[in-house]
Amino acid sequence: MGDRAWVATRKGLFELRRCGDGWGVARVSFLGEPVSMLLPPAAAGPHAGRMLAALNLGHFGTKLHASDDGGANWHEVSTPSYPEQPADAPGPPWKLVLLWALEASGTTVWAGTLPGGLFRSDDFGASWSLVRSLWDLPERAEWFGGGYDVPGIHSISPHPTQRGDLLVGISCGGVWHSGDDAATWRLRTRGLRATYMPPERADDGRIQDPHRIARCRAQPQVIWCQHHNGIWRSVDEGLQWQEVTSAPVSSFGFAVAAHPSDPARAWFVPAVADQCRVPKDGALVVQHTRDGGASFETQHRGLPQADCYDLVYRHGLDVADDGATLMMGSTGGALWSSLDGGERWLALSMHLPPVYAVRFG
Amino acid sequence: MERRVEVAAVVAGDIARHHARMARVVFTQHLRRFTETPEVETTADLLRGALEDAFKVNPRLRGYVLDDQAHLRRNVVVFVDGRRCDDRVGLADPLRAQSTVHVLQALSGG
Repeated sequence: MGDRAWVATRKGLFELRRCGDGWGVARVSFLGEPVSMLLPPAAAGPHAGRMLAALNLGHFGTKLHASDDGGANWHEVSTPSYPEQPADAPGPPWKLVLLWALEASGTTVWAGTLPGGLFRSDDFGASWSLVRSLWDLPERAEWFGGGYDVPGIHSISPHPTQRGDLLVGISCGGVWHSGDDAATWRLRTRGLRATYMPPERADDGRIQDPHRIARCRAQPQVIWCQHHNGIWRSVDEGLQWQEVTSAPVSSFGFAVAAHPSDPARAWFVPAVADQCRVPKDGALVVQHTRDGGASFETQHRGLPQADCYDLVYRHGLDVADDGATLMMGSTGGALWSSLDGGERWLALSMHLPPVYAVRFG
Repeated sequence: MERRVEVAAVVAGDIARHHARMARVVFTQHLRRFTETPEVETTADLLRGALEDAFKVNPRLRGYVLDDQAHLRRNVVVFVDGRRCDDRVGLADPLRAQSTVHVLQALSGG
């Protein structure tokens, strides 16, 4: 059961604690500073209790901070940094723009960034190295930005039991898999389709825009993808994707949360369409499937059903280990939670700064 | 006693001459929220050298002022004696004796 949640916002990091059926703000860190991503405290291992927070300082760049006591005290640690750019290197400048994803796997921490570099740390954030095997792929030349000027890694999904098995999702650069601890990479985009490209390139894996990918922890070969132009599911860790076309409200959105133990269940937060990124008819809903995407229920109890223009961005939705506790935050600074798998939602705040990421842990 | 005064006068003269060819680097107070911002005196004759001298005092300052490629960060501005530095890549602006370098944040919204 999730009894602690973290909300990274444009103006600080909020720690929330369960109190009865609701949640309360227990602590605010980095008040006034944009927090683009966080890694909740490690549950076990040599770095148990250690957590990370990425700041995106408007003037002074991305900075990374660590806490060894669950967010009570923070200290700055090394920030992932790109190596010297060769004079003839094509593509975007080798400069860190944003730290967009943080995931831990065993003793390794992975960081996804704009402009598309994956970094690894084997000392829980004290030092970082660029994963050159991915950065040096010739296919990277085809990647491009989606919503940003440069491409970015927003999803890092380590296999929960097979060490060295890793998926990353890139907007817009496809889904990539490594089975050898990031030594080599293969595209895993078969079945995905890009309607925003010329028809002859719709199936090109290198330019797919998976807005977010999420994995079922109990059956890790099952992966969900909220793509720029649809919803997809894979039952073989991305080797083949099947499009899900039954979403009742819209198949456009950014966020997806996969049920931790039931591979047939996932949640999506729809918006009208690419060209109109607001809830349909001003009514915020969550689309929940219990049958692998064959059908959906539209969850709306407790959510605003008129004049709502909140968008839940790609890291704005999370589900706790119990599979029932959900939380989502919006670009409008609203935050909702559910204790019953989304059947009923409770508004926690309508006045937070724009929410970048919500995570239990 | 007379000799001690004389020595003191010589030392004072050396210091004065020394300071006469020193430029000064001053960082915006906004940076103090994140890291130490010592006021640094430097004999460097180019802006990059002056900044490097400051980074020797506090290495963490580097990442706040320069990006991955050692270029001036997009939203940081540097003034040398009141004139804005436009060479954001080379940072080759010449410094005069007693120049003052101000490292400031650009204005932004939000």
